[in-house]
Amino acid sequence: MRGEAVGITGRILVRDIKKGFAKDGGRLDVVGGISFAVDDGEIVGIVGPSGCGKSTLIRIIAGFDRPDEGQVLVDDLVQKGPSAKGIVISQQGSVFPWLTVRQNLMFGLNQGSEREKAELADHYTALVGLKGFEKSYPHELSGGMLKRVEIARALVVKPEILYMDEPFSALDALMNLRLRIELLRILEKERHTVVLITHDVEEALHLSDRILVLSPRPTRIQATFEVPFPHPRKLTSPEIQTLKSSILSELGI
Amino acid sequence: MHRVRKILSPVALISVLLAAWWIVVARGDGAIFPTPWQVVQGTRELIADGTLVGHISASLMRVGAGFLLATLLAVPLGLWMGRVDAVYDTLNPIFQILRPISPIAWIPIAILWLGVGNAAPIFLIFIAAIFPMIVQTAAGVHTIEQRYLQAAENFGVSRAKLFRQVVFPAVLPQIIVGMRISLGVGWLVVVAAEMIALRSGLGYLIIDSRNAGNRYDLVVSGMVIIGLIGLLLDGLMRLLEGLKSVRWRYAR
Ligand SMILES: Nc1ncnc2c1ncn2[C@@H]1O[C@H](COP(=O)(O)OP(=O)(O)OP(=O)(O)O)[C@@H](O)[C@H]1O
Ligand SMILES: [Mg+2]
Repeated sequence: MRGEAVGITGRILVRDIKKGFAKDGGRLDVVGGISFAVDDGEIVGIVGPSGCGKSTLIRIIAGFDRPDEGQVLVDDLVQKGPSAKGIVISQQGSVFPWLTVRQNLMFGLNQGSEREKAELADHYTALVGLKGFEKSYPHELSGGMLKRVEIARALVVKPEILYMDEPFSALDALMNLRLRIELLRILEKERHTVVLITHDVEEALHLSDRILVLSPRPTRIQATFEVPFPHPRKLTSPEIQTLKSSILSELGI
Repeated sequence: MHRVRKILSPVALISVLLAAWWIVVARGDGAIFPTPWQVVQGTRELIADGTLVGHISASLMRVGAGFLLATLLAVPLGLWMGRVDAVYDTLNPIFQILRPISPIAWIPIAILWLGVGNAAPIFLIFIAAIFPMIVQTAAGVHTIEQRYLQAAENFGVSRAKLFRQVVFPAVLPQIIVGMRISLGVGWLVVVAAEMIALRSGLGYLIIDSRNAGNRYDLVVSGMVIIGLIGLLLDGLMRLLEGLKSVRWRYAR
């Protein structure tokens, strides 16, 4: 069982991370000591109350920020900075508005001829259901389409790890569900390792192999839940509903 | 409706002003100030003897040369300043001191250094045009949102690619704004510069018309033409803002 790996081995090892920020002359402790491991091909969901430090945590894991204490190991190497091995899908979105969909997808591709890159880009554009929009600019797309471009741009470089920070939170419920299903379909084929931040418990239950529940600031891991159900998951099934209430009660609801 | 108003109301206002001008001049007894019709006649005279085209192209050539030189220097410099803080900290104070000095104030020095040929006005336009472009470009680099730079960093692309596909296109709208301001200032300055020296250009036309027999019809004609060409140049720069690769800036 994967849970046994916690703290021992894993593709990503998070070891006693602490992080604070200076605030009004004082100090704001945000991450208060977090350790966990993520296995190869595993999808770990992280839920927690708003403002508890989820984005701060994932930025540290992805290498964009340094922890004050502790360290992150990716494939046994200390995480020193971001690299194409792990692509972040950020909360605010970062599709380049001045490039077309195709150019955005081609951005991270460093090998092959222009034609090969374009073909690969178009393949992934189709994969996220945006065939026909290759030459569109981001401002010509809807919010949901933009998220798909962001996901496709990450997937096309075949990253070993995906760091997703509330990738679907800005979307309506229907689009959220649709993109989750698409993501699962793609992950089934490509087996990326995923760290998924969300505040939507149902989204976490839908996608994750394991869910970490974070406490309010300074955040720590308050509880861990295995989600041992095969895909496709039926979110209305009694087991998942029971798990959902346990997680929600951890969050104080 | 909006389009109609946008064209109709300024046309109406201009007509009223023209009429007022005409009435005031016609009722007064000062013979020097021309009526609108005399200005039209004067303009036709200038067109007929071919001097107008000469003056216009002389002015445009000077603005074009000065503006081009300024662009070639300002854009790379602005990008460099925007990317490297040490460069910004070193150069910005100097530019902030030079910038408020009117290009007109440079005229004596320009003549001293470069004589009364084409070089002096081109230099003045260069001086006038370069600072707004540097400032806009550097500011543009500073306002690139962190999330885009971080996404670029995440994909681990080469510096050249980062520059070509992120920094430059992100700043391009600001560069175009800078170019638009610069071209406007450059046009303002060329006319002033031509009033001092030289024997061609719209500025020279105005001063010469006054000196050679108080031809105020030609003075006003020159002024109107300067205004119209300025409008045209601004319109051309506005076309750049419509380019597909910068339109994202103005959408939403
Ligand atoms: N660079 C920073 N400087 C100062 N304070 C910061 C910084 N980044 C985050 N914080 C603070 O850390 C706390 C946690 O922020 P963070 O964005 O990690 O929360 P979050 O859990 O992702 O919230 P949300 O659910 O709203 O996305 C907040 O109080 C925020 O003000
Ligand atoms: Mg967040």
